[in-house]
Amino acid sequence: MKRTIYMYKGFERIWHWLQAALIILLLLTGFEIHGSYELFGYQGAYVVHIQAAWILLGLLVLALFWHVTTGEWRQYKPTLKNLDKMVRCYMVGIFLDEPRPYTKTPETKLNPLQKLSYLGVLLFILPILIISGLGCYFYNDLQAWGLSVGFGPLAILHTIGAFLMLTFLVIHVYMTTTGHSPLSYTIAMITGREEVPEDNRVC
Amino acid sequence: MDCLVCHEQSGKYKKFPTACGHPAYEEKKFGGKVFEPVDLNAVAKTVGKPGLQNCGVCHFFGGGGDGVKHGDLDSSLLSADRDLDVHMSKEGANHTCTACHTTINHQMAGRYYTEKAPLEHRMAMPEDYGNRISCESCHGPTPHETMAILDDHTAKVSCQACHIPRYARGGISTLMWWDWSTAGKFTDDGNPIVEKNEGGRPTYHTMKGDMTWAENVVPTYAWYNGGMEYVTMKDTLPKDGSVEINQPLGNYDDPESRIFPFKYYEGRQIYDAGADRLVVSKLFGPKGSGAYWSDYDWQRSVEVGMAESGEEFSGQIGFIDTAMYWPITHMVAPKEDSLQCAACHARDGRLASLPGFYLPGRDRVSWIDTLGWSLFVLSIIGVMIHGLLRVVFRMARSKKQ
Ligand code: HEC
Ligand code: HEC
Ligand code: HEC
Ligand code: HEC
Ligand code: HEC
Ligand code: HEC
Repeated sequence: MKRTIYMYKGFERIWHWLQAALIILLLLTGFEIHGSYELFGYQGAYVVHIQAAWILLGLLVLALFWHVTTGEWRQYKPTLKNLDKMVRCYMVGIFLDEPRPYTKTPETKLNPLQKLSYLGVLLFILPILIISGLGCYFYNDLQAWGLSVGFGPLAILHTIGAFLMLTFLVIHVYMTTTGHSPLSYTIAMITGREEVPEDNRVC
Repeated sequence: MDCLVCHEQSGKYKKFPTACGHPAYEEKKFGGKVFEPVDLNAVAKTVGKPGLQNCGVCHFFGGGGDGVKHGDLDSSLLSADRDLDVHMSKEGANHTCTACHTTINHQMAGRYYTEKAPLEHRMAMPEDYGNRISCESCHGPTPHETMAILDDHTAKVSCQACHIPRYARGGISTLMWWDWSTAGKFTDDGNPIVEKNEGGRPTYHTMKGDMTWAENVVPTYAWYNGGMEYVTMKDTLPKDGSVEINQPLGNYDDPESRIFPFKYYEGRQIYDAGADRLVVSKLFGPKGSGAYWSDYDWQRSVEVGMAESGEEFSGQIGFIDTAMYWPITHMVAPKEDSLQCAACHARDGRLASLPGFYLPGRDRVSWIDTLGWSLFVLSIIGVMIHGLLRVVFRMARSKKQ
């Protein structure tokens, strides 16, 4: 049996898709700037990259504000409880159709493993990208302020961050197919309404 | 000092027999050309401010012919369209040389090796900058309005590097390679040989050897702070058979240095192979004097040349490959023709061999790239296997039911 519940609010959905588009655009243009391929042309790639980066920064600030004022930030509060059960679910249970360990509700959208990986993005990958990216962008000013950090190290750090983000993206997109039906998570993120099993239990 | 060469406007003031020394005061013949006596009175009545042709008389013909030496200064500038030179073209700024090479009491602003170009000044008061001109003198240090990243470049990249995408663009070729070692060949009946290309440039000349000419040349780029280091006759030459006669000074870490375009002029010339030194050879002179262009004997020509200039000579000659850097600073193209980003920001772009800094698009840490792409590919393979297993197990389950 299944039913639908209202899982994602309007802001969350707009934020998610805008952020997704910006990050994909940043990856596409970023690796062109890195010299990996030709797509937009170097100047185009650079211009789009910088504009997308500023918009994403603005969006992140907005999202931070939203999470703090609505108290939604609590969804990300990390926990190690039941982490082992989650890992087992993804590694074994999902194949054998074992009972699912996690109850997903609008108040507890993220399972312990998700919390951990999103926190990783938030506290590790994004800061690497943002700090090194701002460093590259304001490189001339850094020099003027007497900060003698080389452009090379900043750019290399930025590249490392980009590879991590790219890998996150691949796994994240795949994970969206692990819902009640392969598309139910994606549809939920579009319409806000998620198809869930009768008992709300998921991986 | 000869005032007329810079100030006359009649175009009839020709010097004899090259563009140096004195004009022909009476009719003279040289190399089959008749030099009419110059009517100095008439010429003197045309004096005016120096135009392109006044300076060009000497500077377009450096190295013995039109555009031979510099590659960015040749007679095509006299009728330049805007594509060739935005400043000296009539459709462009219609500048003469002296718009940029301002004079203060006839001290021509130019390249003085120990002085640096001021970056902060604008054109309003030329006196401000002493006698060193730069593009910034007129355009200021931040001339770009459409993209901030262009102004960000000017700390490390010269204006010329981006705005002179190629040199010798006006249809006049410039000398790129001069091999003296092949000079001195004659036809079987003892006549000198002269071979020319379609443009009328000598590709072989008994007096000079082999020569290569080029138009529309992509510059060579080097770090440059305005100073040059020259190899002189006092220096010992490297043993590997090649030497750069001059080298632009500068590097990435020097805040005065910019990436600058150069004509990289190569050749092969005679040298003292015993002492590994440059030599003076005697070229001009009557037969029997040892002058190369009369006797065609390098050994003698160097012996005499060195003796006449009071230098020691080991007695052993050889040929060495040489190269020189000529700064490229004229023939500024319209903004649409500025160098594209990818000309520099690419794995094998124009700056491919310029060391000392990280250039996005050119440089990477290859193991990080390898690791990063491996991670990407592995993650795709990983999720594909995971997905496949889910499908397989589901099918197995539904079969059982
Ligand atoms: C190398 C080229 C050159 C030579 C040679 C030269 N001048 Fe000049 N002269 C200039 C330039 C360039 C100017 C500045 C023109 C301008 O302001 O547009 C100038 C300006 C002048 C002026 C001022 C003109 C004015 O309108 O302000 C006079 C007078 C003058 N020169 C006289 C002479 C005399 C006399 C001689 C010979 C002793 C001489 N020049 C040789 C290049 C030359
Ligand atoms: C009679 C020949 C002659 C004329 C005419 C002449 N010059 Fe020169 N000029 C020279 C020579 C020779 C040098 C010094 C050699 C060199 O550096 O190439 C020189 C040097 C220069 C330099 C400095 C080059 C450097 O390497 O620093 C500049 C700039 C210059 N001339 C500009 C002009 C301008 C502008 C005019 C016209 C107003 C002019 N010249 C007219 C012969 C001439
Ligand atoms: C004497 C002042 C002066 C100096 C020095 C000068 N410029 Fe200019 N420049 C001008 C003027 C005036 C124009 C406008 C000409 C036009 O647009 O037709 C111009 C136009 C240009 C343009 C074309 C802009 C366009 O719209 O296409 C470029 C590029 C440029 N300059 C670059 C340089 C560089 C590079 C140097 C140094 C080698 C330099 N300028 C030195 C006065 C100067
Ligand atoms: C748009 C400005 C501009 C104009 C017009 C201009 N020059 Fe220059 N020229 C420069 C600059 C900038 C340099 C480099 C000076 C330096 O390195 O500090 C230079 C350098 C030179 C040099 C010495 C460097 C070299 O190329 O080896 C000569 C000689 C020279 N110019 C001659 C001329 C002559 C002749 C004309 C006219 C046909 C002319 N210039 C017109 C801006 C100009
Ligand atoms: C990294 C390459 C690069 C460097 C370095 C550079 N430029 Fe440019 N410049 C460009 C390009 C590209 C454009 C065309 C921009 C556009 O189409 O809007 C341009 C445009 C210009 C224009 C036309 C301005 C306008 O907005 O119409 C001028 C003038 C100019 N440059 C002068 C300079 C001067 C002077 C310097 C040195 C201080 C310099 N440039 C250094 C690439 C460069
Ligand atoms: C003449 C070669 C050249 C051209 C053309 C050029 N660049 Fe650069 N660029 C450089 C060099 C050299 C550096 C390194 C500067 C440094 O380390 O300070 C650089 C640095 C950069 C950087 C990183 C440093 C920073 O300040 O952010 C970016 C981004 C960049 N260029 C983008 C561009 C774009 C976009 C274009 C075309 C509009 C362009 N470049 C055209 C030579 C060039």
